[in-house]
Amino acid sequence: MTRGEAVLNPHMTVSVLGVRHHGPGSARSLKDELERLRPDIVLVEGPPEADGLVELAKDPELEPPVALLAHVPGEPSRAAFWPFAVFSPEWQAIRYAVEAGVPLRFCDLPAAHGLAPGADAPAGEADDADAPGERGAEEGSGGEAADGEPAVRVDPIGALARAAGYDDPERWWEDVVEHRGDTPFQVIAEAMAAVREGHVADGHEARREAFMRRTIRRAVKEGFERIAVVCGAWHVPALAGSPDGAAAWGAGLPSGKADDALLRGLPKVKVEMTWVPWTYGRLAAWSGYGAGVTSPGWYHHLFVAPDRPVERWLTSAAGVLREEDLPVSSAHVIEAVRLARSLAVLRGRPLAGLAEATEAVRAVLCEGDDLPVELVQRRMVVGERLGHVPDSTPMVPLQRHLREEQRRLKLKPEALDREHDLDLRKPLDLERSGLLHRLRLLGVDWGTPQTSRSKGTFRESWTLAWRPEFDIDLIEASAWGTTVPAAATARVRDMAEGRAEPVQDASPGAGPSGPGARGGRRNGHTGTGGRGGTASAVSLATLTGLVERCLLADLPDALPYVLDALSARAALDGDVTHLMAALPAMVRAQRYGDVRGTPAAGLATIVDALLSRICVGLGGAVTGLDDAAARDLLGHVDAVHAAVALLQDVSAPSAAAPSHDAPVASAEALPGEVSGASAGTGGRGASGVPSEVLSRQASGVSGETTSRDASGESGETPRRRWLAALRGVSGRADLHGVIEGRFTRILLDAGDLDVGQAGTLMSKAMSAGHPPARAASWVEGFLSGGGLLLVHDPRLLALVDEWLTGLAPETFVDVLPLLRRTFGAFAAPERRSIGSRVRSLGVEDDDTLDEDVDEERAAAAVRTVLAILGRTETA
Amino acid sequence: MTTVLRAHAEDQYAEELAVLAKDDDRVRPPGWKLSPWAVTTYVLGDGDRITPKYIGPRRIVEVAVATLATDRALLLLGVPGTAKTWLSEHLAAAISGDSTLLVQGTAGTAEEAVRYGWNYARLLAEGPSREALTPSPVMRAMAEGRIARVEELTRMPSDVQDALITVLSEKTLPIPELNQEVQASRGFNVIATANDRDRGVNDLSSALRRRFNTVVLPVPATAEEEVDIVSRRVGQLGRSLELPPALTGLEEIRRVVTVFRELRTGVTEDGRTKVKSPSGTLSTAEAISVLTNGIALAAHFGDGVLRPSDVAAGIVGAVVQDPVSDRVVWREYLETVVRERQDWRDFYRACRDEG
Repeated sequence: MTRGEAVLNPHMTVSVLGVRHHGPGSARSLKDELERLRPDIVLVEGPPEADGLVELAKDPELEPPVALLAHVPGEPSRAAFWPFAVFSPEWQAIRYAVEAGVPLRFCDLPAAHGLAPGADAPAGEADDADAPGERGAEEGSGGEAADGEPAVRVDPIGALARAAGYDDPERWWEDVVEHRGDTPFQVIAEAMAAVREGHVADGHEARREAFMRRTIRRAVKEGFERIAVVCGAWHVPALAGSPDGAAAWGAGLPSGKADDALLRGLPKVKVEMTWVPWTYGRLAAWSGYGAGVTSPGWYHHLFVAPDRPVERWLTSAAGVLREEDLPVSSAHVIEAVRLARSLAVLRGRPLAGLAEATEAVRAVLCEGDDLPVELVQRRMVVGERLGHVPDSTPMVPLQRHLREEQRRLKLKPEALDREHDLDLRKPLDLERSGLLHRLRLLGVDWGTPQTSRSKGTFRESWTLAWRPEFDIDLIEASAWGTTVPAAATARVRDMAEGRAEPVQDASPGAGPSGPGARGGRRNGHTGTGGRGGTASAVSLATLTGLVERCLLADLPDALPYVLDALSARAALDGDVTHLMAALPAMVRAQRYGDVRGTPAAGLATIVDALLSRICVGLGGAVTGLDDAAARDLLGHVDAVHAAVALLQDVSAPSAAAPSHDAPVASAEALPGEVSGASAGTGGRGASGVPSEVLSRQASGVSGETTSRDASGESGETPRRRWLAALRGVSGRADLHGVIEGRFTRILLDAGDLDVGQAGTLMSKAMSAGHPPARAASWVEGFLSGGGLLLVHDPRLLALVDEWLTGLAPETFVDVLPLLRRTFGAFAAPERRSIGSRVRSLGVEDDDTLDEDVDEERAAAAVRTVLAILGRTETA
Repeated sequence: MTTVLRAHAEDQYAEELAVLAKDDDRVRPPGWKLSPWAVTTYVLGDGDRITPKYIGPRRIVEVAVATLATDRALLLLGVPGTAKTWLSEHLAAAISGDSTLLVQGTAGTAEEAVRYGWNYARLLAEGPSREALTPSPVMRAMAEGRIARVEELTRMPSDVQDALITVLSEKTLPIPELNQEVQASRGFNVIATANDRDRGVNDLSSALRRRFNTVVLPVPATAEEEVDIVSRRVGQLGRSLELPPALTGLEEIRRVVTVFRELRTGVTEDGRTKVKSPSGTLSTAEAISVLTNGIALAAHFGDGVLRPSDVAAGIVGAVVQDPVSDRVVWREYLETVVRERQDWRDFYRACRDEG
């Protein structure tokens, strides 16, 4: 059949040009060869779906490295890339076709087949380096070697290189093809014919080649006269037929019928294609899945440099080193060039290559130091180039919106890691931060937040690095919305409602929650009903983390939904530890809200409600705990305590007057619920203190008298509520020692108890009525977080000392591990001074310290200290 | 056999050099006895008649030879015991057939060692003349077109180091007293070695540094490579010292190398256990001397078989350089790592006995 057509048009020629993918030498000679042949159609190995995209190459805005991206709409995880660098022969073919105005068609097997779920060689495709597998990069430079079924890993280049006595096929290619300056395509075809002799293509490879032949046939039938086919060298024999060139095209090849049979009934799927920017880093093999090109920067240089590649290369290497303030003179470069040359001669290579250049850089420019060599390697050998696609490229609206945002906010995507310090007080930086946080919510980690060096909350440090696969993530995320904020909002809503997988939580202290953390607990509150409903899948801590991230990302529209979900979840979650784990993040969020100018009123309500629930539920949560659970709870108590302190500092006014216009439905119902429930706590409590709590909470006025820092403001501060709750609980007899000790300490530190009261409590805890182990754990709880107290209060020290010395020898041994743990956590100087105090215990008079202070002389110092603390001296 | 304790490289390997020179039909740089290819082969061996002298990355030797061929001076850097001197001696032997033009850098090296001195008797009797001049090895190398070697360059005082600058850049050595100069003949070059562990002793001036191409010699990359180096050298040394042949188990060599490597890198070979590193360098060269010493012990005092007890004393001596801190390190290593190894029992006991 094909013969018949050849007869019809005797001038028709088919030139099959075998290239090495991403080979600069191939690219250059291909360019010349195309100029010489002047084909009226160019066929290139690649997915035919991209035919319509070729026109875009006219646009100078389309800057390689770029890749053709094929993805299945609605199923963005099924995608494949075909990367092109400026030194890729395929790219040069595209350039030629566009400039000469001749049609260009891609002739490989359509991506529609490769990406179809039921592709008949699904297992093979994933491994096949040459096939567009799942997100796999196409076409390694040695990728042609891996062509065919994975079981039959044929390596034609390796075979040729071994025949030529090279151990490294790459270097053979470089020497024989890249460094020759001209590539005799006829010779390559013959060599490949020799290598492929006896090889029968089967499976995927056979289908690909059949499709290529079919495309050629179609072009022939359409009457094109000079057809140029650009394909991997490996395919040449299968496409060119008899190598002698005497017979017309098609001789010795399978018939069109056979090819059609082979291609019948392939699974198919709808595929969309577009151009996406690519990076050299991604082309390089050493950064994950690449195209197997280890030195794209070098290849780029080889292709771009008009002459004297080694000289130019070493000169730019010197430039790179100078930028880093390493002294490199022109004399260095001269010597480096000489060394590279003589090394090449020594190694018997026609021209110095990358290996020689690198040795010269190391021995001369870097004076043997490997660190700057790494720098050259990263900056030059791999290169930091990121491609660019024009606006007219098919894009999902989300990508387009992001491009506009990037332009507006002057944040350019770059391949190299770059540090950005944002000052959130500036509107531009604030918006940038918002954009980055939103992208993170969408799963596009363009920026990674760094721990900021400065303490201020208005500063944020980011590391930005654009990776090509973000385009895929954006396409995936475009299901949520057409703009970045809209998509992020929708995503957050779905996450809050438990419909979407939460993106991994970045907030550092979201806190451990989850049933596993409370192994030994018997708590009536766990397992109560209300776990059903929409929010059940999302844990409270996740939700609070989400709130924090919403604020960071400036998504006010999403916040109500999350807060709704949160308050619903908090109301239903009877487990106080969950609530306690959630509170710190919320408080942090509230603080951020202040810095960023987001209205935090709704949040304040939630925090307030959460704290009330915690205060109420604390009584039930602290009983009947074993050692591990008690310690676990203690961590939460400490976290909440710290958070509460923050709360008072930052938002006392807003907490005192919660705005009820916040879109939180259940918030309004809370106060009544609180008082009712706290009545329950009070009833459960054994001592008389809780009644005070009860009355105070119910009335809502400050009836507190013991606190020193009563500043006369109306309404109770969260801190006082929290302390009251602690006080209410701490008197109970069934507490774990560690918890009671800790509570006592917190109350003492807060000034809620004076030293005398604490001493009483301590002596009670230490008294013989308690088993020694409990007393020891009380001491542990009391002293955890620093032993300075013992240094400064001889009475407490005496109590501990008395108790310790009074222990029977065997009980002493029993409590020793606990004591060791407690005291071992103290800093060495603290331990030392405690020890010296103990030594002089009986000798020292308790009150000497206080009496010796000369008030008048101390006044100046007191003033200074108060100034440092930021307080004015009050009468 | 000659009576010298240690023959120069060009004498010891005269046969190999002759074989290479006979077959060498490649272009030789002016003044070179062999072509660069043959020099590389001489150093790395060809797996047949030529024994490998340096075992390590091929590229290092290639860069070194190519450097010398470009008439740039070569600076070999590395921690002690990485075969810097060894490599420089063999390069000089292969290139000029003479490895004896050597300047040893010490704190007391005077400028005369690099330039020239005077025979004062003649100077007084005849006045200044070329005959009254005593040339330094560098001056002789220049005149004869050979390789001069400078050992421990950074140990020399800076002003003496800088005497090399004119030699290296102008390739000439002026003698102002006679209003003459010695111009270097083709084939002249300098190989310097320096220890980069105590860098900063007398750091090279950048003017001098710029005249050198620097090659850093690495410690052996793998245990196998190091065992190979050690066993090869131990064999050679034993022969040249005419030690009675002792049965040297590869096992014992491997053990010593393992101990040295683990202490040097601070982690056990399986990467599981962290160990402290002692203050000594624990180079391959030291492992070689420990084993040679052990063989001597085994041959003269033992039963002719190298046993753990023969190497134990040497190892302890090499590891424990600082009597206080290193002893703790060694003890810890012994108790945490060596004791755990089932087939190292006898070695453990021997080391325990050593203290």
